[in-house]
Amino acid sequence: MSQETLRIQKISAHAGAVPGEGTQREFQVCKLIDTTTCIGCKACEVACMEWNDLPFGQTVFDNTYQTMPDTRWNYWNLIRFNEHETEDGTLMWLMRKDQCMHCADPGCLAACPSDGAIVQYTNGIVDFQQANCIGCGYCITGCPFNIPKFNSETKRVYKCTLCADRVSEGLEPACIKSCPTGCLHFGSKDDMKYLAETRAKQLRDHYNFPKAGVYDPPGVGGTGVIYVLHDVTEPENYGGLPKDPHIPLTVKLWKGPLKWLGNLAMVGGLIGLFVHYLRFGPKSRDEEFETKREGEQP
Amino acid sequence: MTVTAPPYREHPAQAVPPGRILRYSFRERVVHWLAALSYIYCLLTGLAFWSPWLFWLAIALGGGQISRMLHPWIGLIFIAGVLQMYGLWARQMGITDDDRAWFRSMRYYIRNEDDKMPPVGRYNAGQKLLFWGFFVCGILLFLSGLVLWFPEYIPWSLRWLRYTAILIHASSALLTIGLFLIHVYMGVFAERGAFDSVIYGDVTEDFAKRFHPAWYKELFGSAPRRK
Repeated sequence: MSQETLRIQKISAHAGAVPGEGTQREFQVCKLIDTTTCIGCKACEVACMEWNDLPFGQTVFDNTYQTMPDTRWNYWNLIRFNEHETEDGTLMWLMRKDQCMHCADPGCLAACPSDGAIVQYTNGIVDFQQANCIGCGYCITGCPFNIPKFNSETKRVYKCTLCADRVSEGLEPACIKSCPTGCLHFGSKDDMKYLAETRAKQLRDHYNFPKAGVYDPPGVGGTGVIYVLHDVTEPENYGGLPKDPHIPLTVKLWKGPLKWLGNLAMVGGLIGLFVHYLRFGPKSRDEEFETKREGEQP
Repeated sequence: MTVTAPPYREHPAQAVPPGRILRYSFRERVVHWLAALSYIYCLLTGLAFWSPWLFWLAIALGGGQISRMLHPWIGLIFIAGVLQMYGLWARQMGITDDDRAWFRSMRYYIRNEDDKMPPVGRYNAGQKLLFWGFFVCGILLFLSGLVLWFPEYIPWSLRWLRYTAILIHASSALLTIGLFLIHVYMGVFAERGAFDSVIYGDVTEDFAKRFHPAWYKELFGSAPRRK
């Protein structure tokens, strides 16, 4: 992380200024996932495990094309499968590559109480720094996408890094490199948005998907991972992609008004008690009520 | 030496010098400090998790990871203390008409004009409020704390549990902090002799007569006790 210090624009639970805020000329990076051309081959799942040296675990076969029910602390990239029945009664196999969405306004980072355990680089990548993680799991509560996963052995939380190590060296993330159909793209947010909108228009105009569109939810400030969906009005069909994700209201209340109210009350209370003591003093100033011990007369 | 002449009014472990009154039994004192010390640990580590400006508290107490690991365990000791207190004191903490009158004339209490207050028994209405506040908030802290202890075991479909717990835990903790500040202020600074009483167990008769006249009357009848 050392050389990255100047490339950090947000730090979890950090008192004071952020060293890299506005000091670097960086563009937002973005991963584009075109669900309409994903064939569910799982090459990205394997590439993720390969590049990040993740230890193997048991897969769970549930008669679908999904490797396991959910992402895990050591399985950051999962193709979610759904056999979806369309309005005309035909079936569609929906495949969605699920991983950290790298929100512009990350709920995990907002909820984290440990200084520097979660950072957001100026290129938009949200990264967990396990050395600073205290294992409280608040990020699990803050995330609207159910992404951070807890390791009970190490008491730390893990998730997709968007291959921050590769990206910082000018490479694309491992999943992108492995995709055989070209449904995964990587570049600047602007470029990916343009590409995604072009593809969505193509789907609407030429492929009979009138509701095709781009998933880049504004509730979390937009994401560093965007989807092209056949039907953008019902993202839930794609393995539970939330329709309007945002940081949970209680997390916002807790980190916003409650924090200010609480701090004000605590500091005000201390000052109030001190002033009370100066104004009225103790209820009795003589020593009569103090416990008299050895050598004293009762 | 004053602690010499028998007979003691209580078990030797609860003996008090002549002219003094046992206010808190040995068991009450142990339970009080069990809850108090565990509360203070949870308070300090909790404040560290509450604000980045106070995270140094966790560092000072052994680091963030240790604080995160111990906070719930020490919290269990705290809630055990709170439940013990409930067993010890709940029956003495019922809110009476006198207590309601006490709240109405609280401005005199704040101005140290205690002679204008309605008669006070073993506990005044403020102490009762402290007791019930800590009891209710303690239960809330315990229940929400269980959810926060093991967030990874709460399934996604029950995530509202985590959302609720995080707000309840912080809110009820803040309420206890208010009660705690006033309690410490009253016990250590405002009412001389109160802090000693929860260490040694006894108070002077003047203390009892002045701050808890109805309790004194209950113990010795209306006539002032001969020294």
